Amino acid sequence: MKKNLLFKIERRPIASGSLIFIVSLIAIVVALVVAGIFFRIYGVSPIRAYQLILRGSLGSRFGITETIRRAIPLLLCGVGLTIAFRALFWNIGAEGQLLMGAVGAAGIALFSGLPDPLLLPAMFIGGFLFGAAWGLIPAFLKVKMGLNDVITTLMMNYIALYIVEWLIHGPWKGPSMRGFAYTDTFPQAARLPSIYGTRIHWPTLILGILLAVLMYIMVTKTRSGFEIRVIGENPDAARFAGISQMKTTLMVMLISGGFAGLAGVGEVAGIHMRLLGPNHISMGYGYTAIIVAWLARRNPLAVIITSLLFGVIMTGGDVIKVSLGLPFQMINVFNGLILFFLIGSEILLRYKISFNSRR
Amino acid sequence: MGNLESYTIELRGIVKRFPGVVANNGINLKICRGEIHCLLGENGAGKTTLMRILYGLYQPDEGDILLNGQSIKINSPRTAISYHIGMVHQHFRLVPTLSVEENIVLGLDEGTGPFMNSRKTRKKISMIAEKYGLLVDPGAKIWQLAVGQQQRVEILKALYREVDILIMDEPTSVLTPQEVDQLFTTLRTLVDNGLTIIFITHKLDEVMQVSDKVSVLRKGKIISTLSTSETNKPDLARLMVGRDIVFRLQKSPVQRSEKLLEVNDLHALNDRGLPALRGVSFEIFGGEILGVAGVSGNGQYELAEVLTGLRKLTHGKIFFSKKEITNCSVREINDCNIAHIPAERIRMGIVPALSIRENLILKKYRRPPYCRREFLERQKIEQNAHCAIKDYQIAAPNCETAAKLLSGGNIQKVVLARELSENPSLIIAVHPTYGLDIGATEQVRQILLAQRERSAAILLISEDLDEIMTMSDRILVMCHGEVMGIIDAENADIEEIGLMMAGTRQEGEVK
Repeated sequence: MKKNLLFKIERRPIASGSLIFIVSLIAIVVALVVAGIFFRIYGVSPIRAYQLILRGSLGSRFGITETIRRAIPLLLCGVGLTIAFRALFWNIGAEGQLLMGAVGAAGIALFSGLPDPLLLPAMFIGGFLFGAAWGLIPAFLKVKMGLNDVITTLMMNYIALYIVEWLIHGPWKGPSMRGFAYTDTFPQAARLPSIYGTRIHWPTLILGILLAVLMYIMVTKTRSGFEIRVIGENPDAARFAGISQMKTTLMVMLISGGFAGLAGVGEVAGIHMRLLGPNHISMGYGYTAIIVAWLARRNPLAVIITSLLFGVIMTGGDVIKVSLGLPFQMINVFNGLILFFLIGSEILLRYKISFNSRR
Repeated sequence: MGNLESYTIELRGIVKRFPGVVANNGINLKICRGEIHCLLGENGAGKTTLMRILYGLYQPDEGDILLNGQSIKINSPRTAISYHIGMVHQHFRLVPTLSVEENIVLGLDEGTGPFMNSRKTRKKISMIAEKYGLLVDPGAKIWQLAVGQQQRVEILKALYREVDILIMDEPTSVLTPQEVDQLFTTLRTLVDNGLTIIFITHKLDEVMQVSDKVSVLRKGKIISTLSTSETNKPDLARLMVGRDIVFRLQKSPVQRSEKLLEVNDLHALNDRGLPALRGVSFEIFGGEILGVAGVSGNGQYELAEVLTGLRKLTHGKIFFSKKEITNCSVREINDCNIAHIPAERIRMGIVPALSIRENLILKKYRRPPYCRREFLERQKIEQNAHCAIKDYQIAAPNCETAAKLLSGGNIQKVVLARELSENPSLIIAVHPTYGLDIGATEQVRQILLAQRERSAAILLISEDLDEIMTMSDRILVMCHGEVMGIIDAENADIEEIGLMMAGTRQEGEVK
């Protein structure tokens, strides 16, 4: 006598696009359910909490604009990260690169003395370069000395954070700020225009969408993109084909760090109009962008969608803080759960379960 | 019911389906106690699948397994081991940083509490080692051991778990000829001590040399089970592939053209920083195949790497068509139109997740017509793929198929199609038929011979001495990173080559 198993698990050669979509969706739903337990612990009905989050982030004009505003830095960081991740460079340092971009922009806005029309372009270029420099340091350390990219990029975040703290408490502390740890506010010419009545600094938004499209084209249609994919999928074959690991790694980190830097420019020039505490500048955009890039399955175009999704979640964080009196950090729990289930769900893309119908 | 005494293990009507293929299609197999039973078949015939079922790694869709006449169910390797069935995988399952002893007891509940009882374990290991002649230092770390010794550890691991039936999955594929001989001696000792061995292979010589019985698999079915003494190589080959195989390649006499490659006094280090090449010099002419024979790890890989730009020379010079290419980058060497068929085709030769189309341009994506400035020319790349699939008879649904879905032979054809597409004047081929079945091996060899006809110079590095003997025009033998001698293949004597591989310098002048 032989018992039939109820189901069996088999390897799946290749996952289709629709499967990836469904599995990602399932991961998010499961994360929502588990996060519901935390709402319960606080004595709040999860259904009501999600209703509030949705209404708060998508149910009003203000909500929608706030969602988009938060999606902008996520989009810029996320697009850059898809490129780094594709080349198997684990850039956990978008947060620090964003902060350094903000530092670069603030320095130019306050101290460059450039004529007004040149100010904003110079800030974007400066921000890009500062972020890129911050990303290139770990890239160099990896290709030259074999240092672990996860650790170096992560540690660079703290250095960036304390550089910002030092600047706003020390040399750049604004004389007109009456003891607050801010720089002076930027001159008018160094402020990004926003869509009227909102905090959507549209030039950065357009830049983000443009870069997402450009990066998609680069990855799929160009020689550099081909090199990135080959390195990412099989570094040995890349070496065999004469593709330079060094050049490609530096290039992806120039892009990844630079884009995060641009996000920093947008935040200080479009929202705060000054350099201020690192936690006020970023609210963890650089970290959330890791999840954004991962959920987009390293596809730069898909980041446009996933960054909006996380815009909703972050705006929802404000809502639960205000309406339910819950800590904003609930959102980090939420993000963590999504990443957790997302990575966990990858196994469903590699294996399939088939149920045994035979009796 | 069958005779309870005669069969140790019996497989009845085993069916195993994978998406798109039936790997095992109603297999009946009986294996007697105390015999070496070979499972012979081409790649993809279903040998490994069948043994993975027996070892509990896969569950059969249909069929039964009988041990000593009783139906058993094997859910996992742990269950298999409890029935005294062990397996040595083709790629070893050892932890390189742990010692031999630690690897052997790994996963067992030995010692007291959280502590290992090293003394007791060592005693048991040395007892087994002595009994079967499997000598290894139990304190040595795995990474310090040669491949043959690592395999011994795997066998010890199984014996430590008191297996009666030992499955060996292509055990010789990683071994040097000497290690193979040692392994066969070991297997004999095991059988003499009452063990049963199931030996998976696709090499006919091994079947004839080591087995008592042989079962030939083809396309998921057992074609025939024979006593080895009552069969011969040609018969087995016919059963295996379902058609006649030409053992001798038709080769035209050598037509040497100009000197294409000249290397002088090459010195290079291996990955561990030890000398791997110590003064290698030779030359190759157009239209000839220079075979490089040698026991694995005597500098052949490093030689291929320095010639293709993957490894730097510490001393010496390389000239290609009278132009110096010493320490050129991989890309510069690519641009000289030198082809490289790497030893590990899946690790180096292809990007498994990318499509055939993309794999075919891995080395020429930077050149027109495959790109225009920075942009890839999709149409040209597709045309290139269609031609390659047709010319090289690559069996694939279409050119968008991911390379990892192809069989070993077809992967190698993708590599060949790419490397040979621009009529290279020098081809460096390392183990070009390694792990391929007879049919694919034959095709690959024919392709290389066609290149020779075209006056390409071919450096053929292989550990398969038969391949070297059949393919080469001249044979260079390496030992300890030095050239022991270069002999004409016409009057090459396998004994002489064997001596040279072991380090005896060729009599007379070394060319």
